[in-house]
Amino acid sequence: MEDEYEGGVVKKFLYVNRRAPHGTVYALESLETVLIGAAFDQDVSVLFIDDGVFQLKKQQQPEGIEVKNFSKTFRALEMYDVEQLFVESESLAERGLSEDDLLVDVELVSRASVHELVDQQDVILSF
Amino acid sequence: MATLNIVNKSPFEKRTLEQCLSRIAEGDSVLLIEDASVVAVTGTAYAELLSGCAQKLYVLSPDLAARGLTDKELLGTMTAVDYPGFVELVTEHERVHSWL
Repeated sequence: MEDEYEGGVVKKFLYVNRRAPHGTVYALESLETVLIGAAFDQDVSVLFIDDGVFQLKKQQQPEGIEVKNFSKTFRALEMYDVEQLFVESESLAERGLSEDDLLVDVELVSRASVHELVDQQDVILSF
Repeated sequence: MATLNIVNKSPFEKRTLEQCLSRIAEGDSVLLIEDASVVAVTGTAYAELLSGCAQKLYVLSPDLAARGLTDKELLGTMTAVDYPGFVELVTEHERVHSWL
């Protein structure tokens, strides 16, 4: 399950995002950590559940509350080889959102199948 | 490939416990620590939910004691662990998921 790369061991990391952006620093800190994981050539996936799905909402305009608009960074994750973004469909539906509201292409997963994704990982980091 | 899920918030304040339980595998374990330990005993509004759980349930006993709850009866499905027991649980599972 663990592959070697020239700098060491590659592990499968799943970052679990459960909070809306801007109200707290969790979402931004998670994103920073995702980029660090990718910079170290780790196998990185990100899962958005509960209020975490709001992090991927299109058309965020946080300038009015003097907060950096980091949502654009999600579109750049592909360049860092973070290509697996998972979103729980129930969390979207509960919040009146659909896949069309999201600013990146994602893979939808059901609440019942979240544990299958977790079961494939070496490390879980929750934000 | 079981996961040790750790919850540290009281379900009376935050929904973390229910959000965790709705998504984990049947073979997983749940460890209640800090404020989550308040629902490890009988008589709470969460007793039924926790008694019906397929997963193994643990509570960190120092947290229970700190909250004066050791005079209450533990739920039948709940096992109390001390700090060495906590470490043992971590080593027995494939991974740890701390639900923040």
